[in-house]
Amino acid sequence: MTTQKLTNWGHYPSIDTAVLRFQWVDQVRELLSQTETLIPRGMGRSYGDSSLFATVLDTTRFNKFLAFDEETGALTCQAGVTLAETLKLFLPRGWFIPVTPGTKFVTLGGAVAADVHGKNHHKEGSFCDHVLSLDVMKADGEVITCSAQQNPDFFETTRGGMGLTGIILHVTVRLRRIETAYIRQEIIPAGNLDGIMKLFEESADWTYSVAWIDCLANGEKMSRSIMMRGEHATLDELETAQQKKEPLSLPPRSQLNIPCMLPGFLLNSTSIRLFNSLYYHRHPKSMTKEVIGYDPFFYPLDSIHHWNRIYGRRGFTQYQVVFPMENSRKGLYALLDKISQRGLGSFLAVLKLFGPQGGIISFPRQGYTLALDFPISPRHLNLLNELDEITLKYNGRLYLAKDVRMSTYMFNRGYPHADRFKERIRQWDPRGKFASLQSQRLGVSL
Amino acid sequence: MKSVLILGALSDIAQATAHRFAQAGHHIIFAARRIERLDAIVRDFEIRYKDKPEAVAFDALDCDGHRHFYEVLSTKPDVTICVFGALGDQKEEEKDFSKARCILDTNYSGAVSILHVVAADYEMRKAGVIIGVSSVAGERGRQSNYIYGGAKAGVTAFLSGLRNRLYPSGVHVMTVKPGFVRTAMTEGVKLPPLITATPEQVAADIYKAYEKKRDVVYTLWVWRYIMLIIRVIPEFVFKRLKM
Repeated sequence: MTTQKLTNWGHYPSIDTAVLRFQWVDQVRELLSQTETLIPRGMGRSYGDSSLFATVLDTTRFNKFLAFDEETGALTCQAGVTLAETLKLFLPRGWFIPVTPGTKFVTLGGAVAADVHGKNHHKEGSFCDHVLSLDVMKADGEVITCSAQQNPDFFETTRGGMGLTGIILHVTVRLRRIETAYIRQEIIPAGNLDGIMKLFEESADWTYSVAWIDCLANGEKMSRSIMMRGEHATLDELETAQQKKEPLSLPPRSQLNIPCMLPGFLLNSTSIRLFNSLYYHRHPKSMTKEVIGYDPFFYPLDSIHHWNRIYGRRGFTQYQVVFPMENSRKGLYALLDKISQRGLGSFLAVLKLFGPQGGIISFPRQGYTLALDFPISPRHLNLLNELDEITLKYNGRLYLAKDVRMSTYMFNRGYPHADRFKERIRQWDPRGKFASLQSQRLGVSL
Repeated sequence: MKSVLILGALSDIAQATAHRFAQAGHHIIFAARRIERLDAIVRDFEIRYKDKPEAVAFDALDCDGHRHFYEVLSTKPDVTICVFGALGDQKEEEKDFSKARCILDTNYSGAVSILHVVAADYEMRKAGVIIGVSSVAGERGRQSNYIYGGAKAGVTAFLSGLRNRLYPSGVHVMTVKPGFVRTAMTEGVKLPPLITATPEQVAADIYKAYEKKRDVVYTLWVWRYIMLIIRVIPEFVFKRLKM
C-alpha cells in the first residue's frame, strides 16, 4: 500500500489516498476483508471524483487477456486491461472495440462502470450492450457472474454503476470485425444548431457521427458547427498505396506532450474564441470526404499527452448533459444562449445524438447530448448552477463520469431509477464497503 | 525456436522478461511456487504470442527437490533465467535469525541449488545460457539491507565462478544487476524516479545483453557508474554513512 495524492482527469479534486494494488484474485479478497471502505479505480479518466476515496483499489495491474473466440470475437479479460492494449493486440488481427469513448486509455472495468458511449450510440448503444458477461466480487468476497441473462438485476445495476456494486474482475465483450484500420469520413459544416441537428437526422444511417459546436460565437455565427461522420473503410475504399499495402496498421502518429501545468490565463474567452474561429474555418464551406486512420478519428486528443494540463492548476470539469428528444432543441438553445451571454465558453463543445438506452443508471437516453469543458473557478461554477436550472427545466441529466459538483437533487431528478439503484446497492453492500466521494455527495453511499 | 525457463515467474521482472523473450519468438516455461497464479499468465501469453507456454511448480526453498524438478521438465530449456528473490525486512531479520535464514536461502542457497542442476545438464550438452538476476545491493553491504545484500553478494560471486567453470563448455552465464526497480517487491518504498527502472526497462536490458552475450549487465545502465563510486568510498568513510 502506498499513500499518495490522487486526482482524476480534471485535476480537481486532489486528495490524499491510500492506494491498494493487486495482481491475483486471492489478493483482492484479502484486501477487501482488511479494508472498511474503498473504491475501485482504473485509469482515472473520469473527470471528477467518481473513483476517488480515502482508500482506492488500483485495478491496472490486473490486466491479462484470458480467452478469445476467433469465430465470434468474444474476448474475456481481467478488468484492468485497457482499450489501448486491446486495440494494439487485436486491431492488426482485424477486430475493433464495439463502442469506444473519446480516449482509449480506459480499462474495460471502467468502461463497464461508466457504461461508456461513443459516436455510434444512435445505432449501437453503449459499451455494456456488447458485454456478454461480467465477474464481479461483491462486498462479502463472493464472486458473482452476471449478464443480461444471468443475474440480470446485478448486471443492470453494475452497468453504469460507477463501481458501487463491487469489484469488476473479468469482462467478456464481443469485438467487431473490421477490414481496415481506416475510417471513411465526411466533414460537413453547418451554420447553426438547427443546421447541425438536421445533419444528425440525415446521418441516421451512418455508424459514427459527432459534431463540434462553436459555443462562443455571437449573433449570426452562434452555434456554427462541424459534423464529422464515418464508417469503417472497406479494403476497396482505401486510397493510398501505403494504406492498401498494410490495411490493418497505421503509420505512427506524431505525439505531443504538455510537460507541465500551463498558467490559467492562457485559456480565456479571447483565446478560446480565436481557437474556435480557426477550427471552424480550417474546413472548406462544403463537405470534405477523406479516409483517415482510426486513431485520429476516435481518439483525437490521445496524441496530446496530458492535454488536461492546458487548464492549469485550477483544474477543469466537463458539463455533459443529455436532453430527451422532445426537449433537445429548446434545451440546447437555452444552454448555448446562457453560455454565450456569460462569455464563458468552452473550446471543446461536442454534440452527439443518442438512441434508446438500457440499464437503470446509465447516462445516455434518446436525445441530444452536449459536452462542454470548463475550468474550475467561482464564475464557472456559478455558470454551471445556472446551466443546472436549464437542464432541470427540460428534464435533462448529467453524466456521472464527468461530474464533480452535481447535487443530490439533480441526480434524483435526472435519474428516474435512482431510488431503485440505491436500494440495490444497500441490499448487496449493507455495510458500505464500496463508496466514492461522488457516491457520498449524491447520497448513494452513506 | 528456443525455450526459456523462468524460475520465479510471478515477479514483475520475471513477467516483463518473459514478455520480451516471447515477443522475440521464444517458448516460455513458467516456474513458480504458487502455480495456480500462473493460469492467467499462461492464457495471456497464449493469446498474445500464439504459443502456449508451460507452467510448472517450483519452490526455491525445496533444494532437495530441484534435481527431480529439472528431470521431469517435458521441455529442457535452452535458456534458464533465475529471477526469484525476496527483499524481506532488514529490521525483523536482525532480531530473528529464522527470517534472516529464509532470505539467505531464498536468494542464495536456492539459486545455487537449482543452477547447479541446470549447469550439470548444460555442461554435458555443451550448450545453453544461464541468466542470474543478482542486485547492486550485493556490491557493498550497507546498514539498511545488508542481509539481502549479503545474499546477493553471494549470488554475484557464485555466478561469476559458474561463468568461469562453464566457459570451456561453451555455456554462457550472464549476471544481471538491477538497481532500483519499481515493482511489487518495492511497493511503498520511495525511489528516485530518474534512476529507477520499470520492469519493462529491465527486461529490455536483459534481452539486449542476452543477444550480445554480455557477462555482467547493470540495469539501468547508470548503476554501473553509481556502484563504481560506491565501491571506491574508503571504508572509514562508508562506515559512517546512513545509506
